[in-house]
This record gives sequence, structure tokens and C-alpha cells, in this order.
Amino acid sequence: MTARHRAPGRVAVHLLLWGYAVVALLPLVVMVLNSLRPTSEIFTAPLGLPASPTLRSYGRVWTEASFGAYLLNSLVVTCGAVLLGTAVSALAAYPLARYDFAGNRVLGAYFLAGLMLPIRLGLVPIFYLMDSMGLIDSLLGLTLLYAASGVPFCVFVLSAFYRSLPGELDEAARLDGAGEFRIFGQIMLPLVRPALASVMLFQFVPLWHEFLYPLVLLRSDERFTIPRGLSQFFGEYTTDWSALFAGLVLATAPLFVLFVLATRQIIAGMTAGMSK
Amino acid sequence: MVQTGRLSARRAARTGAGRRYVPRWRVLAVFLLPALLLYSVFIVYPLVTALDYSFFEWRGIRQAGFAGLGNYRDLFGVYPYDQQLWRAFGHNALFFAGTMLIQNTFGLLFALLLHRYGRGKRFLQAAFTTPYLVDPLVVGYLWSLLLNPTFGPVNSLLDAAGLDSWALPWLGDTRTALPIVIVVNAWQWVGFPMLLFSAALAGIPAEYHEAARVDGASARQAFRRVTLPLLTPAIGVVSVLTFIGNFNAFGLVYAMAGSTGSPAGSTDVLGLLFYRVAFVEGGTEAIGRSSALAVLMFVFIFGVSLLAGSYFRRRERRLL
Repeated sequence: MTARHRAPGRVAVHLLLWGYAVVALLPLVVMVLNSLRPTSEIFTAPLGLPASPTLRSYGRVWTEASFGAYLLNSLVVTCGAVLLGTAVSALAAYPLARYDFAGNRVLGAYFLAGLMLPIRLGLVPIFYLMDSMGLIDSLLGLTLLYAASGVPFCVFVLSAFYRSLPGELDEAARLDGAGEFRIFGQIMLPLVRPALASVMLFQFVPLWHEFLYPLVLLRSDERFTIPRGLSQFFGEYTTDWSALFAGLVLATAPLFVLFVLATRQIIAGMTAGMSK
Repeated sequence: MVQTGRLSARRAARTGAGRRYVPRWRVLAVFLLPALLLYSVFIVYPLVTALDYSFFEWRGIRQAGFAGLGNYRDLFGVYPYDQQLWRAFGHNALFFAGTMLIQNTFGLLFALLLHRYGRGKRFLQAAFTTPYLVDPLVVGYLWSLLLNPTFGPVNSLLDAAGLDSWALPWLGDTRTALPIVIVVNAWQWVGFPMLLFSAALAGIPAEYHEAARVDGASARQAFRRVTLPLLTPAIGVVSVLTFIGNFNAFGLVYAMAGSTGSPAGSTDVLGLLFYRVAFVEGGTEAIGRSSALAVLMFVFIFGVSLLAGSYFRRRERRLL
């Protein structure tokens, strides 16, 4: 099949594909390179490479523009929300998948409905709800909201995983006299660990990027998450391009690191379950 | 075999329909209550109240009486919303059309080419999908720097290539701003349709193409009559998700054009309008009107997605 394609066609195809790979990656490379050189140099030679690479802008952005605090806030809120959301969902999905009780179906549908509803629709009521609970400008409020937003998806995925586990497992444990929470904690939960890792990763990315809610709910600079801090920062540092690029890199880097680590972790988790 | 058969029959008799343990209420409550509470308070309750809010008249944060469809009428009849609503809606529609045309066509093209010419496929796929990991807000800010008319590398590159006449103030001109937003958005997401189409292409048996060739079909005919119809499910998924994503656009546009969709509202979209009505310039009627707008957006997006979904499913069935 490949031998049939004429040579010029092949060259054009590869030119297009590799050319577009450059288009896809070059802006990100430029972002990193420009963060390593002073603003004056960026302005005089927009296409140049850093003459003498320096991390000075990062230092400035980290302390003066308090990116250190933004990063910490983002980590606290996102990790807290992912852990909380996954934990309550891992609990809730279990009886929905494996117990027989009145209202099981209805409750399952109630959780599932959340998958189809956009939480942005509730922005204004959420604002006043948070206000009435004293959770405006609070990282706790944001964490609870984010955690809740992950519940429908987690329950949906995790109950499918619980359902796929053989029924003999818990029956045997029950005959041996294990209590329900012990069966859940020591037998069932470890078996869905790979699924737990993937739902956590899937929740992480959109929450890390969430901008509208922090924009509306956070007020003071020291509580900003990275996207909220970034929008503030772009208003203040308009002419300091080196700092702007450094801020963009700092906003992007954690997710790339996470992805490299997490992909490995997920693969490890899956293969760990398979080896016997 | 017989043994297990009898065993499971006995178990089925004992526990009803083959499943399942019947727990005590206290156990059930411990498992279910935390998630139920969190989800009901922070997701369900606000969504239900948004609907409720939209039917009331508001004086600041006090409900002032039932308004029926009054808030909805205001959105279409009261200045400036009567103009801004349709303008923003039109921009969202253009955003969707442009994304289908640019992002998804290129996504399909890349998937087809990578499917045929496999060399470097893994690296290229990774490269095309990398921007998708970057925060849309970061993408917006990054490109607004890159496209800056005086110091941005894009125009410097055009100048250096002798294309000075193309070095325009891309984001400052009402004619080019929206197309640029569409292209930048496509730059970020093109990897997504590419991956979906790649998976769909990998699922088409090679025999179909061989059969088409044996029957004397040209490459183009084989694509139009064999490949494209078999991609219908993937095209359906990509179209619906693109539609939902475009009509919910916020972060990218906010970063490139601010909350008013500058210049002169030429990039204003429904997401920005909603934010402004609710929190920036809504005045005392903000709650009712913004809730009405949120409900309208939801009904429209959800309704169109459902219709499109059933349309694509009908087309799939006709294939079989």
C-alpha cells in the first residue's frame, strides 16, 4: 500500500505534519525562552534567543507578584477537592453498585443527572449560598464547591468498577464474619485503586484550570488560585514581558510535571493489580 | 461446570435475583450521606434555585415578587441586552462554525495522514495534543503577547519574511479579532478531534478499503463512500462536544479580549455577557436577568446537543 504513493506526495505530507508539529510546540518554546531573558531584550529582538539566560524574572514573579502563594493556594484547593470528592464518591458508589435497597435506582439517577447539568448555570445562586455561609473569599468554600462538582463523574465511573468485581469476594468475607466497612476498606477499595487514580487525574485538570468561580468568589490577593492570580497579574505587569512569560510558565509547569508523574503512576497501578 | 452452575443457582435462590446484600440503614447512611450532602448543597440546590430566581423580580438581593417571564423578556427587549444578546449569540455561532471548519477539518486531516503514513506517529500525536494541557487562560494570554503588533514575534516573523502588509494588529481590529480567537482555540484543541478520529480510523477493517479498490473505486471515492460514512459516530461526538465547548467559552476569550469582548464587542460571547450581567453591569436586576440568561443558555445548549445526538444516531442506524 505504501509503495503505491508517489514520492512527492509523501514529502508534502511529512512537510505538513512536521511543520504543524513546529506550530504546535513553538509558541510554548518561545514562552519558556522569553521568560529567561530581560524585557528590554524581548522588545529589541522579538525573534532572538536569550543572550545570557537568567532566572531573575522567576524570582521577581515568585515573591513580588506572589506566585508562590497562588501556587500553594491552587495546590491546596485542587488536591483537597480531588481527595474529598473522590473519597465521598468512593463511599457512595459502593452501595449503589453492590447493595440491594429501596431507592437505589432513584439515587443513582439523581447522581447521574449532575453529569448533564452545567454547574455554571448555578453561578449566581452559588455566590449567594457561599455568602450566607461566610465562604466568600475562602479557600474552604472553593474546595467544597470543586469537590461537589466532581461527585457525579466519580460516582458514575466508580460504581461501574465496583459492579465488575465478582460477588464471591464479599460473600466469602461476610461468611468469615467481616463487617461491611471492613469488606469495603480492605477488599473492595484496594481493587478499584487504578480507577481511583484515573478519576482523580480527570478531575484534577479542569479544576486546576477553573477560572470563573475564583474570579467571582475570591477577593483578596493572598487567596488567589493560579488562574485568578494570573488575570490580576496581567493587569498589573503589562509592560514587564519577561515577568509575564515567567508567570505563564509557572502557571503551566505544575500540570506538565503532574502528567509525567501521573501517567507512570496510573500504568504502575494497573499493572500492579494484574501481577499474580 | 455443573458444580458452579448449581452453586450459583442456589445463591440466586437465597439472595433473590442473583444479587445482592441488603444492608442496614445505618451502614447505608455512612456510605451515602457525605456525597449526598455535598452534591445536594453545592450543585443541585444552586441549579434549582437558578431556575427559581429567573422567574422573580429583584431589587438588589431581595426578591420583589413573581415576574413570570419578565426577566426573559427583558433580555430581548431592554437596552443594551437586546443588542448584546444577539451579537454574542452570533459570535458563538461563528465560533462554532469556524471551529468545525478549521479545528475539526484539520483534526480529521491529521488523523487520516497519520493513519496512512505512520512514521513518527507517536511523537506527532503527542506534539499536536500538547497545547491541550495548557490552561485556556494561559493560551489566551500567551497568544495576546505573541500577536502584539509592536513587540510580538508573530508580526516580527511576518516582517522578516517580507510580508509586512500581513503584519496587522490582529487582536485590535474588529474584523480580525474573532477569527484569531477561533484559530487560537483551534491551536489548543486540534489534538482532541485528531485522537478521536484516529481511534475511529483504527477501528475500520482494512478489508473494506480493499473491497472498494477491487471494485474499482478511486481513492477519493473510497474516502467519500467508505471511510467518511464509517466515521459518522466519531463526527457526531466531535460535533456535539465542539458545540458544547464553544457555547460555554469563557477563559480564552476573557484572556484575549477582556470581559467586554474588545475591540468594540467584536469578540463578545454569551459566557462573557452572562458574567457581565451577573457581576459587572447588571445593576439591581442582575440576579433575575442573569439567571434567566443562564437558563436560556442551558436549554439551548442541552436541547441542541440532544437533537444533534439523536440525528447522528439515526444516521448511524441507516448505515447498518
